[in-house]
Amino acid sequence: MRHDQLLTTKQLSREDIETVLERAAEMDADPASFGDCHGDAVLGLLFFEPSTRTKMSFETAIKRLGGDAVDMGSVDSSSVKKGESLADTARVVEGYADALVLRHPSQGAARMVSEFVDVPLLNAGDGAGHHPTQTLLDLYTIRENAGLDDLTVGIMGDLKYGRTVHSLAHALTNFDADQHFVSPESLKLPRSVRYDLHESGANVREHTELDAVLPELDVLYVTRIQRERFPDENEYQQVAGEYGIDLETLESAKDDLTVMHPLPRVDEIAPEVDDSDYASYFEQAHNGVPVRMALLDLMLEGDR
Amino acid sequence: MSDHELRVSKIARGTVIDHIRGGQALNVLAILGIDGAGGETVSVGMNIPSDRMGKKDIVKVEDRELSQDEVDVLSLIAPEATINIVREYEVVEKQYLDRPERVIGVLSCPNHECITNADEPVATEFEVLDDGVRCAYCETILREDLASHIAAE
Repeated sequence: MRHDQLLTTKQLSREDIETVLERAAEMDADPASFGDCHGDAVLGLLFFEPSTRTKMSFETAIKRLGGDAVDMGSVDSSSVKKGESLADTARVVEGYADALVLRHPSQGAARMVSEFVDVPLLNAGDGAGHHPTQTLLDLYTIRENAGLDDLTVGIMGDLKYGRTVHSLAHALTNFDADQHFVSPESLKLPRSVRYDLHESGANVREHTELDAVLPELDVLYVTRIQRERFPDENEYQQVAGEYGIDLETLESAKDDLTVMHPLPRVDEIAPEVDDSDYASYFEQAHNGVPVRMALLDLMLEGDR
Repeated sequence: MSDHELRVSKIARGTVIDHIRGGQALNVLAILGIDGAGGETVSVGMNIPSDRMGKKDIVKVEDRELSQDEVDVLSLIAPEATINIVREYEVVEKQYLDRPERVIGVLSCPNHECITNADEPVATEFEVLDDGVRCAYCETILREDLASHIAAE
């Protein structure tokens, strides 16, 4: 694994992924024993879009490693408001921090910043592009619940704009996993992702209805369909209703199905599912901290 | 004077782009940024019968040679073309086009959400695929109508 940047999951081999997950498991088991690992490290948080989970879990992760975070704050209160370019902002904050975490609305933003900075850089979401750190915690959750081999995964919702979907799909090509994509016609996987999956020889099928494939699934990864993707409120309501799940939907599922969601959810998963054995999405969110601790540890260590 | 000679009279100095796929000549001119306003003498032949290609286009531009960037993009939309550099009425160099691995700073990305469209200090970069090109930043794949994505100077 490159220790200077994590831009997409396409750059990760199975070995890279397993290295991160192993380290995360050690940290999950005994977080206190890693408290002095990076006592002098400062993490620069560059979030140009709102974030709760990703940003807070990165902050928690660096603090648990003994380090600290500096945050540029909201875009409205920063130099970006004065018209500073992303390239300049990143180069300035690089001078304050040992590693950078970037979230930005433009696709390819992390790739561009990687050309301007020398410290380790983690992509925490670039528009509809990639979200590789989310994928690593997703894989950690899948490994804990279903294992990563001989796996059948269903990914449902906004496959076109969902960066967590794109990153997960690429990463799963490293494993013995069949991938089923379930979405309305208008939100199918983009051409670029389909191209890569085809090139990697992944076993992929696309569906417009969950029913046909649900009984086969070991993991169902649900994503939010965003209202703003639809010009018409009625159309949105109809689609959102069709791609949500409740306990009745899950009657035909395997007993040991793992239901995941990158959160936040709106109506895609009925609250009644939360108390069932299927629900793993809050555990998944919790896993953000050990997995990001592991990533930061590996990248800061490798940078020395 | 034969019919062929009539259409393709010699130029003293400049570039003759031959064996362009029939109908693509105006796109080739677009790549070169030639719209007549620069005052160069330009001759265009379109849909000329060709033994090899059925129909071909020819573009002749006097007092102008092509840069490597221009040749690279030309190879994407007119891969069969040959480029003849002419000096003193003689062809001094004949180039056949190789598809480059990448084209940098020539095409613009059609994805409005791409960082290369966000007023950042970065040149566009496209990886050349067998059947199109792909943005190195946002990964958008472009297969159709590449000529309309040539970045404005």
